[in-house]
Order: sequence, then structure tokens, then C-alpha cells
Amino acid sequence: MRSYLRAHPSELWLTLVLTAMCLVLSLTSDQFLTAGNITSLLNNNAVNIIWAVGLLVVLIAGGIDISFAVAASVVQYVAITVFDSIGGGDWAIGFIVAGTLGILLGCVNAALIHGFRIITIVVTIATFNAFFGLLMFFSKGRFIYDLPDWWGTRVVLWEHQSADGRWAELNLPVLAMLVCIVLTWLLIRRTTLGRQLYAFGDNPDAALRAGIDARLMQFTAFGWMGMMAGIGGLMQANITREIVPNALIGRELEVLAAVVLGGARLGGGRGTVFGCLLGVLLVAVTQNGLNLLGVSAYAFKMIIGAIILIAISTSNISWGTMTQSARRAAT
Amino acid sequence: MNTPIPSWMRSESTALLLVLAVVMVVFGVIAPRFLSGGNFASIAFQLPVLGLLTLAMLAPILSGGLNLAIVYSANLSGLTLAWVLIQFGGPDAGVGSFLLGAVAAIIVGALAGAVMGATIAYAGAHPILVSLAMMIFLQGLGEFLTRGSDISGFPAFLQPLGHGVLFGIPIPLLIFLGVALLWHVVLAHTRHGFAVYMIGSNIRASEYSGVHTKRTLTLIYTLSGVLCAVAGILMLTRFNSVRVGHGEALLLITVLACFLGGVDPFGGFGRVFPVVLALIILQILSSGLNLMGANQHLSTAIWGLFLIAVMVVRHLAGRLALPDSWRTRA
Repeated sequence: MRSYLRAHPSELWLTLVLTAMCLVLSLTSDQFLTAGNITSLLNNNAVNIIWAVGLLVVLIAGGIDISFAVAASVVQYVAITVFDSIGGGDWAIGFIVAGTLGILLGCVNAALIHGFRIITIVVTIATFNAFFGLLMFFSKGRFIYDLPDWWGTRVVLWEHQSADGRWAELNLPVLAMLVCIVLTWLLIRRTTLGRQLYAFGDNPDAALRAGIDARLMQFTAFGWMGMMAGIGGLMQANITREIVPNALIGRELEVLAAVVLGGARLGGGRGTVFGCLLGVLLVAVTQNGLNLLGVSAYAFKMIIGAIILIAISTSNISWGTMTQSARRAAT
Repeated sequence: MNTPIPSWMRSESTALLLVLAVVMVVFGVIAPRFLSGGNFASIAFQLPVLGLLTLAMLAPILSGGLNLAIVYSANLSGLTLAWVLIQFGGPDAGVGSFLLGAVAAIIVGALAGAVMGATIAYAGAHPILVSLAMMIFLQGLGEFLTRGSDISGFPAFLQPLGHGVLFGIPIPLLIFLGVALLWHVVLAHTRHGFAVYMIGSNIRASEYSGVHTKRTLTLIYTLSGVLCAVAGILMLTRFNSVRVGHGEALLLITVLACFLGGVDPFGGFGRVFPVVLALIILQILSSGLNLMGANQHLSTAIWGLFLIAVMVVRHLAGRLALPDSWRTRA
């Protein structure tokens, strides 16, 4: 553990900050360290974490994705059409359909990136606009409330009533989140494909000469991101019990900030699942803490923005190395 | 990539002018009211806000970065002006208070930019992350100050600034063209402009060749913030109100316009004129579709698809060994 943290300064630093914050919060608020608070923290951040580990894979492979939150909305709309046409469906079908649709949308990005050698930020900004515009056009901005029963019902995996009568529960999205975390960790840490993603992100030129298949890398990274986007979309609709076409737009930038804060390098080749979780949790715990300390909800965003700004100006995330590797990727 | 810049600019602009002509002819034929004065007037009034924000995005991209905080910098600057105007009596405020407010707005925009630039330059943090954090901070600050509500009630003399016409040309368009010209001069003919391109091409090489890269980066984002402030002031006069989040959807459109205008996503290459052409094309596409009964969302989709199409054509053109200038560097 010690050598791991020494090799990953962002993770070490975030662990310290997060621990300090949790310590202060558990001393100043008697609500923070309760089962109810911690479970709701997990329930509320499950979708962000699912997206974050997906985005992590893209970042490791040297790309960036702006379109995933919109892709999740597209998946929600297409999925409900599919479920209606097959007369309902169930969770198994739901995961397969949402995952597959997500992968397909991710492959659209990958095909454009690899097929026409367009850089990822240009492609995903273009598909962001195309997906969102087409979604709003075809859905006419309509909200959908009548989800199939299985989809719109909260699935409680674990519940517990504490002494003061409050209920704490963990829902299906948390399980999905755990599975996504483990699968992503397995992919990037325990497979050859994962090692190749790091190599490709760090130095595409060298990776290609070492015989790594660039097409496979792009389709793996964006396909994985797409799958996570789809599953995140499925879970989000399960939590809110409605589908709103423009509800998820804007979340992509928050998730991106959290993942990069967690030590993933824009430009590829670096990033860990652990750091990614820390990044999302830092933002989540800050918000939770402000809430418990009775700070006005209007001030949340301002304080979170300021904390990220301070965090990045004190931790040392080098930009010089990023532009170098991005340039190598370009030529 | 080794082509000298002048010929590159010529072919980039020629290609875009060609696209512009095609779009005009197509819409002229299929949308009857397209070639009317009214339609062009509405385009001329809609273009400037997006245009100014795009120019604010341009220099950071040229330097190899990105400024995701432009819309909220503009909002906060607009808010500053609104606050000053309201301190001096709202609808009864005088011209002096407007000037004071405009200066304050520009200072706020410049300050937001300077903090970003300094963080990027001196802490070595990635511009996407820094500007993202600044965007979240400014959005939060704005929501905290306004509680998410609209602020309106401004003096009547501001009306012409957003809606007036001078010598037959809408005043907002004149402001935009003036700023675009100034921006062209800054980028193409000043030391600072040259340093921007050098940093975008290779930040280390420019540091070794004596460019004060840290100061230049700070200045790039400060000037970007100033342009946002101008856009914010114009938005206030156009909509006669200020709301945090106004124009939020324009953020990624400005990036799209820059890429469409042939700006290299890695920085180092790109000019003002093709970007202005790209903006005109986007606005014409949107208004043409609008006249044919499509809504704004379809235009958004078409903008995205159009960007993809342009990049694909550039790639294919590169394969067919057309002039080097057509080839993307990605």
C-alpha cells in the first residue's frame, strides 16, 4: 500500500484530504457517520462512479469523452422503446439492452476516431451535439413517467433500522456500481488488453510499433465507456423513476473534473480506479458535509469549484508531459 | 504541415467560402424567405454573442488549451454590470454608471481569466481541468448571488446597443466585427500573438527560445476573460436581463466553431477569418433550418453532424494527396 501511494502522488494526497475531511465532519456533525448518511451518499453517487470508471478507461487510452452523459439519455429513450415493443422486459434484459445500446453509441465515437483519424475531443463534441439535438428532436423534449414496473421500482438490497428509527438502505445502483468498479479494475489491471490501453495512451507511436492494434484500443476504450454510460443511464432512471431528455446534460463535465482530480492524466497513460473513486468521493463528501453543516445549498457549487481550484493548484499535475504525448498521438 | 501559413489560410478560407456559397444556394432555393433582408438582419443580430464567445475560446485553443469557463465568465461580468446599474437606480441609471459598470464587468472577466491563466502557467495544471473548476466556481458564485433568478430593469439608453442599427448595420454586429478585427491584429501582428502560436506549437521550445511562457499564458486567459466580459455586456443589452446560465448551451458550440474554422485542436495553427466564416455558416444553417420549420434542436444535431462531415472530408482529402493544408493533423 505504501509503495502504491508513493507511486501515485495524487491518490496519496487525495486520501489524506478525504480522511481529514471525514474526520472533521464526524467530529462537527453527529449525522455524518450514521448508516443512513453513508448509504445515501453511496446511493446518490453510484451513477457518477459508474460513469467515472468508464471515463477513466478512455482517459487512460489517451482520449477524452464529452458525449457520455448525453449518450446515457439516448440509451434511456431507446431502451424504453425497446422494452415497450417487447412487452416489458426484466432486469436481465434491461442490463443487456442498455449495455448494448451504450456500446453501440461508444462504437460510433470509436469508428469516427479510428476510421478518419479525428481526435477524440472533436469527435465527442460533435457527437454530443448530434446525439443531444437528435434526442430532443425525436423525443420532442417529452418526459416519460410510465416506466415498466421492474424499472421504476426501487430494489432494496440491504436495509437496517437504527436506534433512532431512521432507515438506511442500499439499492440496486450501488451493486451495479460495485460490479462496474470490479470489472473495470480487472480490465485495466489484470488483462493484457488493459496493459495495452496504458501503453497506447502513454505513447501511441511506441505502442503501434510494439504491435498494439490501434483500432482494438479505441473500440475497447469507447465501447467500455459506452457500456458504462448505458448502465449509468439505466440506473439513473431507476433512481429518479422518470426519463427527462435534458436531465443528464452537464454531468459529463462534473464527472470529468472528478476523474482528473483523482489522478487520471488528460493525454493518457495514467490513472487508477482507486484515484477515480477518491476524486468522485471528494466532491460528494464535500457536498454532503456542507449540507450537514447547514450551509445554503446555493453556495455548494461555488465552494466545490473553489476546492477543486485549490486542489489542482497545490497538487502537481504536469501539463508539459500531457501536451508532449498528445502531440505524439497526433503525428 | 510544413506549408507556410499564408497559403494554408487561403485554402482553408476558400474551402469555407465554398461551403458558405453552397449552403446559401441550397437554402435560397428550398426556403423561399431565406434570401430576404429580414432573415439576414436576424442572423446579424444572433451572431455577435456566439461570435464574441468563440473569439474568447480561440486564443486558449491556439495555445494548446481550452477555456470552458467562458459562458459563466460572461454571465458574472453581466451580473457585475447589472449590479452597478441597479446601485445607481436601475432604469434611471445614467450613462456614467453604465461606463463604470462596464469597466467593473471587464475587470471581473479579466480577473477570472487571470486566475485561470496563472493556475495553468504557474501550477502547471491542465487547462481543461482548471477552466472546468473555474466554470463550476463561477456558476456556483452566480447562483449564490442571484439565487437563480433573473435580474432586469435597466435604463432605456442601453436598448440601441443590443437592438439598434447604425449605417444599416446592426450595432451588435459592428461590435463583433470590431472585436474580430482587433483580435486578428493581436494574433497575427503582435509579439503576444506570435507567442500564442509558438506556445501552441511547442511550449518547451518556446520557453527555450526566450518566450516568457508563464506570463504569456496568464495574459492569454486574461484577454479571453475580457472578451467574455464584452460578450456578457452584449448579452445584457440583447436580452435586457441577466441570468446565470444564460447561453450555457453555447459553450461547446464555440469549440465546434473553432474546429470548423480549421483551428488545430492541439494548438499552434488557426486564424480569425476562417473562424468568423465558420460562425456565419453555422448561423445560416440554423436560420435556414428554422425557416423550413425545424427547431433549434435539429440545428444542434446538424451542427454536430456537419463538424463530423467536415473532418471526414478533410481526412479523405488528405488521403487523396490534395494540398497539404487540407489534411488534419489528427
